[in-house]
This record gives sequence, C-alpha cells and structure tokens, in this order.
Amino acid sequence: MSAVIPDSPARPKLELDPRVIRKARALARKAGAPVVKIAKTHTTVSVERAVLRLAGLSGADHEGEPWVNHLVDAVREEVGLELGVTTPVFDALRRGEAPDLLTLAQKAAAGSVSFRLPQGRDGIAAQKLALRSVKPGMARIDKNRVTRDRLIKRHGNPRQRPWIYLIVATGDIYEDIPQAQTAAREGADIIAVIRSTGQSLLDFVPEGATREGYAGTYATQENFRLMRAALDDVSKELGRYIRLVNYASGLCMPEIATLAGLERLDMMLNDSMYGILFRDINPIRTFVDQRFSRQIHARAGIIINTGEDNYLTTADAVDAAHTVTVSQLMNEYFAKEAGLEDWQLGLGHAFEISPDIPDSFRMELAQALLARQLFPKAPLKWMPPTKHMTGDIFRGYLLDGFFNLAGAMTSQDILLVGMMTEAVVTPFLSDRDLALQNVRYVLNAAGGLAEDFHPPRDGFIQTRARQVLSEAVDLLDKIVSDTGEPGSVPLLQAISDGTFGLMKRPANAGKGLDGVVRCAPGYDNPATTLLAATRTEGGTGR
Amino acid sequence: MNTRVSGSENASSQILPDIIRPYGDTTGDGMVQVSFTLPIPHDKRAEGAALQLAAKMGLAPALLVHAKAMGSDFTFFIVYGSVSHLVDLREVVVIEREFAMLSAKDVNTAIKKVLRRKLVVVGACIGNDAHTVGIDAILNIKGFAGEKGLEYYSEIRVVNCGAQVLVPELVARARAEKADAVLVSQVVTQKDRHIHNTTTMSAAFREAYPAGKVPLLIVGGPRFEQGSEAVLGVDRIFGKGTTPGEVASYLVHAIGVDAALSVT
Repeated sequence: MSAVIPDSPARPKLELDPRVIRKARALARKAGAPVVKIAKTHTTVSVERAVLRLAGLSGADHEGEPWVNHLVDAVREEVGLELGVTTPVFDALRRGEAPDLLTLAQKAAAGSVSFRLPQGRDGIAAQKLALRSVKPGMARIDKNRVTRDRLIKRHGNPRQRPWIYLIVATGDIYEDIPQAQTAAREGADIIAVIRSTGQSLLDFVPEGATREGYAGTYATQENFRLMRAALDDVSKELGRYIRLVNYASGLCMPEIATLAGLERLDMMLNDSMYGILFRDINPIRTFVDQRFSRQIHARAGIIINTGEDNYLTTADAVDAAHTVTVSQLMNEYFAKEAGLEDWQLGLGHAFEISPDIPDSFRMELAQALLARQLFPKAPLKWMPPTKHMTGDIFRGYLLDGFFNLAGAMTSQDILLVGMMTEAVVTPFLSDRDLALQNVRYVLNAAGGLAEDFHPPRDGFIQTRARQVLSEAVDLLDKIVSDTGEPGSVPLLQAISDGTFGLMKRPANAGKGLDGVVRCAPGYDNPATTLLAATRTEGGTGR
Repeated sequence: MNTRVSGSENASSQILPDIIRPYGDTTGDGMVQVSFTLPIPHDKRAEGAALQLAAKMGLAPALLVHAKAMGSDFTFFIVYGSVSHLVDLREVVVIEREFAMLSAKDVNTAIKKVLRRKLVVVGACIGNDAHTVGIDAILNIKGFAGEKGLEYYSEIRVVNCGAQVLVPELVARARAEKADAVLVSQVVTQKDRHIHNTTTMSAAFREAYPAGKVPLLIVGGPRFEQGSEAVLGVDRIFGKGTTPGEVASYLVHAIGVDAALSVT
C-alpha cells in the first residue's frame, strides 16, 4: 500500500457526556463482579485439563481421547475435583504410581492406579511438585511472548491501519497452509483459521494434524504449530509479522487458550457470553472457563477478539445497537478483571444495518465512532456485513466498500475482510482477491479521512451515538436491578430471562453443566497461582 | 421463431415467444457475462485458454474484457459474449407451492379443527451441524423476516432439541413427545453432509415407526435441491428464506391431507 497511514490518526470526536460513560462502566462492574466471584469459587473439567496440559501432558489414546481427559475423569471419579486435579495427580506420582504424567494417565485409563486426597505434609509436597511441574509450561508461554515481540520488531507491524484480517477454512490444515500464505502475500496481516463446525461442543481437544473438518479446520495443538511455523516463514519473506488467530470458545475454551499460548498464536476469539447465548453452553461453565482462558491470554500477550457481531445477526442492528455496547462493556470488565490490558481488547462490532433503510451508513458511522470513543486504546475489530448479503454479489461488493470506508473513517484497528459471496458459497480465490482490492482501494483513497471527519455538534451522528449509549446504560441498569430470589446473581438472572438476544439460558441448564465443580476449601490450582502472581508487565505487542 | 398466445391472464393478448435468449441491450443479442479463475499464470496462453473455455460454454463471439494475475499461479478472467444456447420456456418446470399461506390465527383454528389438540413439532440440527440459525429462525418466538416463530402459535407445541443432536436421540425424543412433525435443519453442506445426515435421519424414523405412522419429516437448509424429497426420504424440503408462516401453513396442509386420507 503506497499511502502510509499514521499510526494513530486524530480520533474523530463525539461529544459524549463523561458522566454517562462513567456510569456505564460502573454498572458493567456491578453486573460483572458477582459473576467473577462465582468464577473464582468454581472449576471445570476443562480448566483442570488445561492445567495438566501446562504440566506437559499431551497426546491421546488410539481412539483419539486425550490423556488429559482420561486423567481428569479418573481423578474425578475416585476423589472428585473439589480440591483440583493436580494435588491427587502429583501425590500419585510422588507415591511412585507411575514415573511420569503420561504413564499415570495411561494407567488411570486402564483403571490400574488409585488416587487419594493427601493430607498434611503429603498434601503440601504434592502441591509443591504440581507448581514445579506447571512452571515449564508457563515459561514456554512467557518465552513465546518474548519471541513474538522480537519477531514483530524484526519483521515489523502492518504498515497501515486497520490491520487486514482474512479467514481460511478448508477443513484440511495442509490446504489451509498454502491458502494462508497466499492470503498474506496478497496483503492479509492476520490469518484466522475457522474451526470445524461443532468443535465448540466437543468436550475434548482433538489431537494431531487434521485433514477433515466441516466448514473449518479443527483447532489442535499440532495444527496451531504447523500454521504458526508457516506464517513465520511468510512473515520473513514479506518483512511483516503475520498474526494467527483461532477460537478460544466452546467447552474447551481454557485448554485451547493454553494451547494458543504454548504455540504462539497471536489473537483468540474469546467472548464472555457468546457460548451461553449462541451455543447453549451452561452460563457458569462459560464464565469459569472464560476467566481462566483470559488469564492465560493476558499472560501470553494474546489479543482477544470478542463476538458482538453475533448479536446483530440475530437481532435488528438498529434496535439492538445498544446490546453491542453493553456486551463490549461487559467484555471489557471481564477482560480487565482477568488481567488483560487495553491493547489486548479486540472488542467487536459489525456493519449490519439494513442498507434499505434511510441513513443506514450514517448510523453505522455513529455506532463505529461510539465504540472508538468508548474504548480509545482497544484494537477494535470491525466485522463486515453478512446479514444483508443477499446473493446479489454486485450489491454486496458495494456494501463491502462502504463497510471498508466506515472502517477507515472511524479508525478501526482490525478489519475482517468482507466477501461478496458471503452466504452464497465458500469464497472463491477470486472473491478473496477482489475483496482485498476493495480494501486496498478504500484505504488508499480514504485512509486518511479520519483526520477530516468530524461530525457536527448535535448532528445526526452525534445524536444517534448518544442515544445508543443511553439505551446501553438503561439496559445495564435493568440487568443490575434484575434480582430474582435473594442472593441470585443479576447478570445470570438477566441471561436466564432472555434479556440478550431473546435467548433464555438458565444458570442450571445448558451443555457442559456436569463439568462444573464447586471448589472446596483447600482447592489448589498451580496455574492460577502463577497467573495471579504475575500480572503482565505492559504490552509491547502493538 | 416459435410463438404462442399467452393465457387469459394477459388481457392485451400480447404475443410472447417460447424461445428466448439472454438480453444485453438488444432483444436477441444473447449477451452474458461470466467470471472465472484458471489455475495457470497470466500470459497470452492463459487468455487463449479463457477464450477456449468461453467457446466451449457456448459464447460466440466471446470478448475477454479483463484478465488479472492472482499470485503467480492463478489468473482471473471476466468474459462477455453472446451465448449460442436457446431457452425453451415450454420445457421449464416450476414447482408451485402446494399449500395456501395462512395467517397465524387461521393456522391455530385449522389445527384445533383437524386435530382437536396441539400439534407437536420437534426440531433439531443433526449430525455435526451446530448452526442453529435456521431452526431457531423457524421455531423461536423471535422468528424470521418479521414473522413470529412456531413457538408463537398457541396451537403448536414446539420442542427445540438444539444443535448436534444424534439421530437416535431425535427419534427417541420424537416418540416421547408424540411428535406430529420433525423439523431438521442442515446448514453445513461440506462434502454433502446435509444429504448424508438427512437420509440417515429419514431411514432411522422409518425403522423406528410402523408404516404410515412416521411423523412428517421436514428438512430445511440453503443447499437442498428442490424436488428431491423422495430421494432423501422426507416429506418436504424448505430452502433459503423460508419463513415460519410458510412452515406453519405447510403443516396445516399436510396434517389436513393426512386426516382426510385416514378417513377415506
């Protein structure tokens, strides 16, 4: 791209009342805090499996069931997970039940090992050993972060803002790799490998390099490693660090986050409520898993991408605009509580207002500016139209052009490239090429427009943004005051009442509920001990 | 050129042709545009290859208006040309909707009259498919395209099993709920999963139920071929853009037909 866009163009200004913004954040905190309390007092099978992965346990049996699943299930059956999986596991190693974790897991799968809850000195010794065993995994995550910073320094960041985000998804990692490299050569800065449909509901992480997926490629540690290595090669060739994205969502969110840290992924999709609302995963499971995964992301220097675009695909983008803002505020609260910094918050929003209604583009600008101004330091993720892509690819191409223009005018940071064949076919090679031409043209022609674009005081855009913000505050207010029985958690109550996207998700239902365990006094998790001890020391990722 | 006088709907008795060609800017010019990619580098030979393909597609003369290299191994083309094929309107088969569109109120009244109880609909995404968008649009009260979903109908009881339901689970649930109709959504079509899943599902239902007692089997998804009900073993296929009202109207029609059949 010839035009070099300054790193932080002058932000267009909306005149928002700072008191309203403060109130919105205070309400988000009030809604989120009780949920954090629940997250801190529960664990899940996937959190425990993630800890074992950090301790170096990987691989699966001949049927593909991972050893971490075997071990956690065996411990749970015998002594429960109320004190965490590591204490009984490392106690068993200390007692000489097996020489290492893998052998222990294999024996546990065969039922030939017995676990106990060690008391007194034995308990302390087991916890010490657990902590020592998890440290190398954490060190690898730390080292990856340093490596990323070094590679970014060497190869450089994208020359333009927004960064260009492209999706590949063939189902076959060995097809994905050349496609991803081609996409990078054509201008993509960020490559997302979409996951196979249905992975979010698998309660285990598949193993190894995979060649068959449905509408996407399985997220596995080996696939992560292969793709990261391929993108390192192309980064070197292009003199630009190409970032890799995957999905820390669904039932294995904590494990996938951990694998992302271990294999130096750069961004992870990680929304606080998406799994609950759109995949019917149990709310408690989601919030517990999410907190752990976000702690890992914080440590690993990974930028999270949140999924606010989803609200607009099921609800009307004008009427439900404020739900996006509410979700952004909640995601921000939960992210910061888990230790993520502003530069790691890829808060999402999307260009989904019907092009048939008058002033649709002005409303899009208002919404995009609102997000920009509420979260000035966050790398906002700007998502293309999908709902109003009708199959008329020519109209779709124009719509994508306007989407790109809105992104440029409002200083968005991560631009997911829209395809004119959205909702028609899996994008052709040529669709991707045309889409990138579209982005390049708009950024070249109008990338600097953010500098000139100042909506007039109390004009349409300013008024609309204020209206959305005030509706967001009202909704947060409603959530916070949604108390059912005494002691109930308002946010969970609101989710259960269908406040978000009309989907009712009670806290005592949904997938993965049986994997939630309340922690007993004395619960020990060496990973969270390490994660809590070291708050990250300022980001250098950008 | 063959012509015929159109039916009574056209009062002006305008003579409409049976044989037509595409319209660019003049009647009968046959002009179309196509775009495609060939897996070869962009050079003179590539352009020749594109024109050869255009000729084989029936474009004569063909005009190569745009050729662009995409990386070192692919070339993208846009071709305009006059297509030599003719379209015979007499051979066009249109599948008309076989049922009347009813309002929610009429649907409820009809169910009350025919069944004297609530109509039970069990819905699910089966197999690997986790995309509940389609089934939710039809079932959830929120609905789709401004129409409320089936949950909104007072005389329809909806059981939404959600995503990734195994076929045996779905059969068991349908039996337990005494389903009148089973709605299955299949969005993912990679490697023809939707076909495979649907035939598996219909076979399982026929095995589990006595003949003639199988609930109405309905599938929805963007890529099912119209008219392939018999091949898939289902009663009705709904495509992209189907509204809950259409499904409700069809249900009333189908139940009505069944009721009439069981009387005679």
